[in-house]
Amino acid sequence: MTLAARNIGFCYGSKPVLTDISFALDSGCFHALLGPNGAGKSTLFGLLTRLLALQQGGILFAGQSLKKHPAEAMRQIGVVFQQNALDLDLTVRQNLMYHSALHGLSRKQARLRGDQELERFGLLDRANDPVRALNGGHRRRVEIARALLHQPTLLLLDEPTAGLDIASRKALNDHVRQLCADDNLTVLWATHLIEEVAAQDRVLILHQGRLLADGPGQELCSRAGTTTLAETFELLTGVGS
Amino acid sequence: MKPAAYWHCFAGIQTREWLRFWQQRTRFASALVRPLLWLVVFAAGFRAVLGISIIPPYQTYITYETYIAPGLCGMIILFNSMQGALSMVYDRELGSMRVLLMSPLPRPFLLVTKLLAMGVVSVIQVYIFLFVALLVDVEPPVWGYLAVLPALVLTSLMLGALGLLIATWIKQLENFAGVMNFVIFPMFFMSSALYPLWRMNEASPWLYWVCQFNPFTHAVETIRFSLYLQWSPLAWGVSAGVTVVLVILATAGFRPQRTKILGAKPA
Repeated sequence: MTLAARNIGFCYGSKPVLTDISFALDSGCFHALLGPNGAGKSTLFGLLTRLLALQQGGILFAGQSLKKHPAEAMRQIGVVFQQNALDLDLTVRQNLMYHSALHGLSRKQARLRGDQELERFGLLDRANDPVRALNGGHRRRVEIARALLHQPTLLLLDEPTAGLDIASRKALNDHVRQLCADDNLTVLWATHLIEEVAAQDRVLILHQGRLLADGPGQELCSRAGTTTLAETFELLTGVGS
Repeated sequence: MKPAAYWHCFAGIQTREWLRFWQQRTRFASALVRPLLWLVVFAAGFRAVLGISIIPPYQTYITYETYIAPGLCGMIILFNSMQGALSMVYDRELGSMRVLLMSPLPRPFLLVTKLLAMGVVSVIQVYIFLFVALLVDVEPPVWGYLAVLPALVLTSLMLGALGLLIATWIKQLENFAGVMNFVIFPMFFMSSALYPLWRMNEASPWLYWVCQFNPFTHAVETIRFSLYLQWSPLAWGVSAGVTVVLVILATAGFRPQRTKILGAKPA
């Protein structure tokens, strides 16, 4: 178990956004956090990454409280945000060097790790290009490469395919699954697109701030008496996929 | 984390700010137009109206340009710090702030380092301004250029921390126009930047005391005295004390959820 959330609750003012959320992520597995827009996915990511302060419940990372031991947890977590978090005017390498420095890597280590990740993502030849010159799919790949620089064990991706075309979405999704298999990386992939979720994935369905289902996709379907995840999602949320 | 990690992080944040400065150098150069207008046009007009007597740290009669140059150095830092702090939590720097806050290093360290890095850019602008000011005969002692450096860094940190505090906690001031009207202009005009405080005392004693309690007055005096190789314990004491308090308040009270760092909040 990498990360566990226990009875998380969060309100913006008097408006509840998350209510009594509990789940645990399995080490080395791909998890899909599925929910329509406004379900509370980004708020949940804000809590898991400490951008939002926890109001109720607790988050444990490798058995330790995120609140009490934030540095330990942040060393092990890589994050890809929904909105672009790259500096468009800087080159790909300069962006990666900045992130590495924030994690305490020396310039030499940063350069080495950056090149390793760029090579793995097939972007080494673009290292000296400004990010502005890359297309949307490549920018997302750079963001994932950046999130992996400090060799985290958990990768959080908040709607990483937002704004990408179908082919780029699929390529990115396949790539992250491959990382999961190759590096024993635990992945939490938030999306509202059901086609990004495979039947064998652990699926967490979030709707109106509540966790409606948690389990392998096939199991959720059989429990709901449906044949596809899309039907299960529609049955549980009342929202067409 | 090991001390080396702190150093690499500090160096990385400084490097990024330098790279951005270099890429946007034309924008930074155009930001110098404002203080230069004050120095060349405003000062020329007011020179005849406003006589300056011999007051410390000056040892002779001085021109009005010479008097307001340190105040305009403060103005450069004031505008930059407020704009920089606002952009940290509201617009241009949001992506960079998200990445910054994912660092495992303590947030107060990250925020102070970021404020210092932004301050370095302001300091460069101040030096360019001071070199251009030589053209209108503002000629401080040569060593004054070096002696003023700590005062400029301290002022940057003080005003950056103030900007961050305001940007995080006062929602009504989330745009630059609001900050300009309610923070920058009052701080600037109610200080010793444009006129010596004894003049203000003659005109309005209560305004004199407002100016005395304005930390920006003491920041400007720190710059003025340092530039002329003099020591002002009051100015340094107030500036340093206010900086420490503001840095503690701004970093300890920093709440990303009060900003747009995570993205737009639900209505």
